[in-house]
Amino acid sequence: MSFNEMLGPDGKVRLPYSKVESWLKQLGPSDIERALRECDARFRRQGITFAVYGDEKASERIIPFDIVPRIFAAQEWRRLSAGIEQRVRAINAFLHDLYHRQEIIRAGRIPEDVIIQNQAFVPEMVGVNPAKGIYAHIMGIDIVRVGDNDFYVLEDNCRTPSGVSYMLEDREAMMHLFPELFAGQRVAPVENYPAMLHKTLEAVAPSSVGNEPVIVVLTPGIHNSAFFEHAFLADEMGVELCEGGDLFVSDGWLYMRTTQAPKRVDVVYRRIDDDFLDPLSFRPDSSLGVPGILDIYRAGRVTLVNAPGTGVADDKSIYTFMPDIIEFYTGEKPLLNNVPTWRCSNPQELKYVDEHLAELVVKEVHGSGGYGMLVGPTSTKSQIETFRAKLLARPSNYIAQPTLALSTVPTFVDAGIAPRHVDLRPFVLSGDQVRITPGGLTRVALKEGSLVVNSSQGGGTKDTWVLED
Amino acid sequence: MLGRTAASLFWMSRYVERAENMARLLEVGYRITLMPGAVEGHRDEWQSTLASAACLQTYTAKHKQIDGTMVINFLLFDEDNTSSVKFCMRAARNNGRAVRTALTRDVWESLNSTWNELAQIDPATITPDRLPSFLDWVKQKAMAFRGALLGTMLRNDPYYFSQLGNFIERADNTARILDVKYFILLPRPTDVGSELDAQQWAQVLRSVSAHRAYRWFYKDSRYKPWLVSEFLILKDEMPRSLLFTYNWINAALKDLGTLYGQRYECHGLASEIQELLKNGNMEEIFQNGLHEFLADFMHKNNALSTAIAKTYNFP
Repeated sequence: MSFNEMLGPDGKVRLPYSKVESWLKQLGPSDIERALRECDARFRRQGITFAVYGDEKASERIIPFDIVPRIFAAQEWRRLSAGIEQRVRAINAFLHDLYHRQEIIRAGRIPEDVIIQNQAFVPEMVGVNPAKGIYAHIMGIDIVRVGDNDFYVLEDNCRTPSGVSYMLEDREAMMHLFPELFAGQRVAPVENYPAMLHKTLEAVAPSSVGNEPVIVVLTPGIHNSAFFEHAFLADEMGVELCEGGDLFVSDGWLYMRTTQAPKRVDVVYRRIDDDFLDPLSFRPDSSLGVPGILDIYRAGRVTLVNAPGTGVADDKSIYTFMPDIIEFYTGEKPLLNNVPTWRCSNPQELKYVDEHLAELVVKEVHGSGGYGMLVGPTSTKSQIETFRAKLLARPSNYIAQPTLALSTVPTFVDAGIAPRHVDLRPFVLSGDQVRITPGGLTRVALKEGSLVVNSSQGGGTKDTWVLED
Repeated sequence: MLGRTAASLFWMSRYVERAENMARLLEVGYRITLMPGAVEGHRDEWQSTLASAACLQTYTAKHKQIDGTMVINFLLFDEDNTSSVKFCMRAARNNGRAVRTALTRDVWESLNSTWNELAQIDPATITPDRLPSFLDWVKQKAMAFRGALLGTMLRNDPYYFSQLGNFIERADNTARILDVKYFILLPRPTDVGSELDAQQWAQVLRSVSAHRAYRWFYKDSRYKPWLVSEFLILKDEMPRSLLFTYNWINAALKDLGTLYGQRYECHGLASEIQELLKNGNMEEIFQNGLHEFLADFMHKNNALSTAIAKTYNFP
């Protein structure tokens, strides 16, 4: 039985939800329908959309927004954010170590080949010293809850995590639709995220740059699934939104092409993957990036956010070592749990996975977005057998985890209000200090019983509240 | 401001203007086919609409026959046709989307909602009886876009670039419609002054929403080629005339020059064209050939567009 965040195991309304529960009771179906219609129109009009690849017809969709908020009490959040901060600090220390002395490998805590043979490890980064020693400036840590005090980290997204614009727009939508809900309680604001992001980016400018570094957001362009978010963040921070072709390297510095003289650029918040960043260093066929940018980055002339090569820390094969990593760099026990994980590359662990496929969740090591995964308990026999063939053909491509009973939050669905499974992605900024936005993005699996919350697989989002004391 | 941003603003406005002009041309083309006696000339009328829209070549490359329904579909919805309303609105919206940080919310939402509605429309539902209201819708959307732009955008570089695109497109459109009428539609000198001739001049005026304005302005209800041309070329009072568009183009370039503290070759070129129009007189233009005059104008207009793109680092 999953943990119901509103009702709790004893069926009594949990404290953080007390106001929302009584509000929901007096909300008529027509109120709800009006709100949902208004929301849909609002998101569409503003173009708050994401693209689903390979879906020509509906190439732009809006993510379904649910009107019932997901709520954390202040002290719940304090505990969670302490765990998140610990993890994020450890990951940055780990990345610094990997690209320098590799103490953790020397100490025998992680096998060398897990790092060196990792596709996300970028040899060009060895010996590079990013400003303030930060590699993963922006992270989205995916967390699920299975009990009152029981949280697990599913994934550490260290590359270019997205979704923060939905967190902000969901709050806007809620405040617009139901202002009365906010009047009676103190919901910690999230709206200063763009300002905190701007501060973080300023703080990691190359040390040679003066007081006001020039910051840009680098996007692959309007056809990217998260383009709305790129434009949104650039707009909110008041910085230019660039495509690769707008930037060029000249005499060892980075410039943008403007309607006047070229302008120097100091910090690039890039939303394109490592592979496409610099055709001279990575994929030569990429037209999305900026030729020569990696060289000047290595020379400390520009800051790339996140640094190249951070993906090695969120790889699913590294994930299993995360408790060791945290202990090794912080000297503390991890505050947040890791999900027990079987590596299918190991024949014994593969044997277990093969025998228990119907109970497990199996993921591709390098996959993301909920594509190519199996959720054993909700799959048909033939789906499981098809997946088994893929697994046995390339075992090293997969890891497996027990199916967690993700917590549920009441959600508005066709049949009325019903519990649906959720996860949480808090957004963490690291620069001169670690900044965590209270709450984050709650994703909800709208199908009954479904555990897959990804927007590409029919997931929706909820406004996420942290109540202040 | 990024050169790409300037280019997108320029093209965003240019495409909306083009979509609106297309709607106007089609409106007139459709009207003509409804007129008594139009039956035999039916095919010719659609052909002249295609010619005025500069789409005759691309149409005949794709279709063997000139057929009303096919022409309408080609000019409204065919996305292989870079002047179709649908292509223009998609291009305008994509350009706007790429630079939405430079737009006000009103401007962006007007583009976005137009595209969202247009994308939902099944071309088969735009039957001849629904065509006029659909064309009205296109015009209204284009005007709402321009209204949002004029009413909410700061008067700085994003605004100036959007004005340049808007008026360079309008200048091209007005010159082309006049030229097609004068040079292509009436090849036989004996037709000059005929009923058909008068009808075609009325059509030209209508396509720029100027048939009533003409009567007010000249206190004359007969459409004289001489005056219609003068109205659309030299009269500053007429918002789709060549002189009017060049006054706006020059104002935008001047403000841009002040803002950036620098004038370039394109400034000289634009004021040269403006002077030409300001000092022009119809007698001379007709003597030297209206077609030659218009062809030369379109060439210069195009050269200005290229010079602006080069000067301000459009990609």
